[in-house]
Amino acid sequence: MAKITINSVEHDIDGPADMPLLWAIRDIAGLTGTKFGCGVGLCGACTVHLDGVATQSCLVTLGEADGKTVTTIEGLSPEGEHAVQRAWRELNVPQCGFCQAGQIMQAASLLAENPKPSDQEILDAMSANICRCGCYQRIVAAVRHASTGI
Amino acid sequence: MLHFLNQAPQPAEGFTIAKVSRRGFLKVSGAGLALAGFATTAEAFPRWPHGGHAMPHGVRTDPLVFVRVDPDGTVTLVAHRSEMGTGSRTSLPMIMADEMEADWTRVVIEQAPGDEPKYGNQDTDGSRSLRHHIQMARQIGASVRHMLAHAAAAEWGVPAGEVAVEAHMVRHGSHEAGFGDLAEAAMALPVPAFEDLAFKSPSDFRYIGKGKVQITDLRDITTGAAVYGADVMLDGMQVAVVARPPVVGGKVKSFDDTAARAVPGVSAVVELPHSIPPAGFAPLGGIAVVASNTWAAMKGRDALQIEWDGGPHAGYDTQAFLAEMVATAEQPADTVFRNQGDVDAAFAEAARTFGQTYTQAHMAHAPMEPPVALASVTAEGAEIWAPVQSPYACRTDVAKALEIDPAQVKVNVTLLGGGFGRKSKHDFAIEAALVSKAVGTPVRVQWTREDDIRHSFMHTVSAERIDVALDGEGKVTAWRHNSVAPSILSTFAPDGGHQFFIEQGMGHVDMPFDIPNVRCENGAALAHTRIGWYRSVSNVPRAWAVGSFVGELAHELGRDEKQMWLDLIGAPRVVDPVAEGYPEDFWDYGEPYQAFPIDTGRLANVLDMAADAIGWGREMPEGEGLGLCVHRSFVSYVACAAHVRVVDGTIRVPEMHFAIDAGFIANPERVESQLQGAAVMGMTLALHSGIHYEAGAVVESNFHDYEMVRADNYPENVHVHMVPHGFGVHSTGVGEPGVPPVAPAIANALFKATGQRKRALPMGAQV
Repeated sequence: MAKITINSVEHDIDGPADMPLLWAIRDIAGLTGTKFGCGVGLCGACTVHLDGVATQSCLVTLGEADGKTVTTIEGLSPEGEHAVQRAWRELNVPQCGFCQAGQIMQAASLLAENPKPSDQEILDAMSANICRCGCYQRIVAAVRHASTGI
Repeated sequence: MLHFLNQAPQPAEGFTIAKVSRRGFLKVSGAGLALAGFATTAEAFPRWPHGGHAMPHGVRTDPLVFVRVDPDGTVTLVAHRSEMGTGSRTSLPMIMADEMEADWTRVVIEQAPGDEPKYGNQDTDGSRSLRHHIQMARQIGASVRHMLAHAAAAEWGVPAGEVAVEAHMVRHGSHEAGFGDLAEAAMALPVPAFEDLAFKSPSDFRYIGKGKVQITDLRDITTGAAVYGADVMLDGMQVAVVARPPVVGGKVKSFDDTAARAVPGVSAVVELPHSIPPAGFAPLGGIAVVASNTWAAMKGRDALQIEWDGGPHAGYDTQAFLAEMVATAEQPADTVFRNQGDVDAAFAEAARTFGQTYTQAHMAHAPMEPPVALASVTAEGAEIWAPVQSPYACRTDVAKALEIDPAQVKVNVTLLGGGFGRKSKHDFAIEAALVSKAVGTPVRVQWTREDDIRHSFMHTVSAERIDVALDGEGKVTAWRHNSVAPSILSTFAPDGGHQFFIEQGMGHVDMPFDIPNVRCENGAALAHTRIGWYRSVSNVPRAWAVGSFVGELAHELGRDEKQMWLDLIGAPRVVDPVAEGYPEDFWDYGEPYQAFPIDTGRLANVLDMAADAIGWGREMPEGEGLGLCVHRSFVSYVACAAHVRVVDGTIRVPEMHFAIDAGFIANPERVESQLQGAAVMGMTLALHSGIHYEAGAVVESNFHDYEMVRADNYPENVHVHMVPHGFGVHSTGVGEPGVPPVAPAIANALFKATGQRKRALPMGAQV
């Protein structure tokens, strides 16, 4: 049993301590915006904010997350109007869309920490996230675009 | 792709073509009833023949199947093709809405389940969604507009021809009604014949060709609300993961599930029937562990003790196999697909000859969403929710596996988190159905990334040998291309070791250069894994070989690479397949050849555009170079110009230009995104994508050893240049044709930058 605040709601998660946070979020809390892509921290599809910092939720166990605060894509902004979400829409970033929740959470965390990142800082941060459709040019442009609005 | 596997090759219609007048194909009908403000049929809608009608269940044009208008004016449009990132789920309804004069903000899109007798063909592959359905979408839209006008005319007692339908409103004089007011009466009218329809002039388009309509799922994608395969929840559902035979054709010899069953949350262990190729999309078999959540199922699977029987392919070793294939490719082959002129005589008389061999490793599609499906099987039948590219074929195959009537199976299509051909093969949905039936609850079968990379339907492995004969002036007098690769057909029929007509038509026999003597051969190679189709299919290894060879030949002859391409393409011509020795069953992407002929003028034009855009001919600094490739596939012409810069030994692509001639383009914004994506997938396969087998099993397992291009080294500044055409020039494919020219353009640029010539894919990121 772990107590985790997800998107401002306190959850008592009944699962084994070694269960990755990803599966607790998806299978137990029932929030499906966070995606499973690789399970070993290589693709970033499962990126959430753990105590405010972008974290691959497949690499954190329920035990480690106990008592912490998690924000998923569903909780990034109540109306879906976070500057990064708006930039993603303004620049028509997605193709299939599957990796985009993780990309958006990664970008939002970067900009919270560093509101005016350099191009290199954007590339370094976003390299944690794979997009198989190949939306990188628009992803990078959208992060830059959002950085001007934060 | 799919349906061709179930039928014998058919010769393309009427082969001999001389000079084709496009106008000759137009079925110009009578003027019909012109609605106010809209053009007549012939003027605004030149119909073109296409292969869509020859697909299983063809193309349906019944507006009552695809359109619903509610009393509140909401227009619901059905998307019958699967959405995997190309945007067709938006673009086809957008075309219907435009022709209907529906306001896009009042349109709702509904995804069709797998039901081809109702919706027409749903195989979402082959870059066909727009090419085969753009006319159908316009016809459906115009039909509804016609019905609305006639309903209003009847109600107001005025001539229908004087009624204006505009922006979700219908008007005549002082009369005015919304779509919703007329919906019931309009949709009860007889569906008009094509000849009675009037179509909008392109100048009246609101959405078509503008690139301003955003994809319908955009907001949901950015908020996490979009529903993919793993996101459907049912009461009482369980999750399963499957331990599959490491070798294709292998099976479980014995297993001990004691420890697996002891994992908290695990409820059942189910042995699945194994399959021996050729088995189509039948699951591989193995042991499924069923649990209350995904993590418990994974831990249960880890705890299984299984002894496998490897079967006949347990010795598959790709390194040794590729060496054998290269040896085969470098010998003359008995199987000849195209024979033009006298190649042997030309080689005998040649002033000199030149040849090289190019290879490509297997590839796995690796969509970001690994295969996944939810099935609920009861005594009444089965319902599936899955990200599948061919939902109707999925329905048929699930019914067969469950031994029930297809009418008892419903396949709901979720969004696809990438497809690239992997999700045409719905083995994962069949697995879910079998496990659900066994345990009596709804079951989601979740593939892990390791499952996906190890148990894909692999892109084939290839060795391509090209030799040319040259005369004293350095003109190419003969071309011989021996293409050796295990065939996709081996997944569906006993393996004959040879390529079939679809594979031949993808960059092998349709080599478009103006050379008097040509022979396209096919040395034998047997498959030792499940061969499937991967975005662009055989075009990837063929463009790799032909495009790299042109670069090498230019260097060998001391010529400019662009000039070498143009010299080989020759003066603009429409290829006559009979005169040029093409096979009788030549496959032009399933299209009638006369309507979609190989036009080398269009090929040279896109090459010029891409080369000009990148500034071809400019001096490049040390360690940098420009490279080109042009390739026709999916009846589109795409050129790629790449700028390579080597930085600390790493291959980087700071700039890339595509020029595409895809006929009439309905949604330029999505065409641009598809080609930006093709740049990334092309660079990924150029540098990284290699699947290898040892002792019959795949060596790679996840993104650490099957790498993807990432934001730290992606093709930057990708520019897309589209050849403008009106509606009268057939729309052609877009999803796939961008990929093939990328790797050879990079290799040609890399050679300029470093002097190193790469002949094997993947080439690695470092030089």
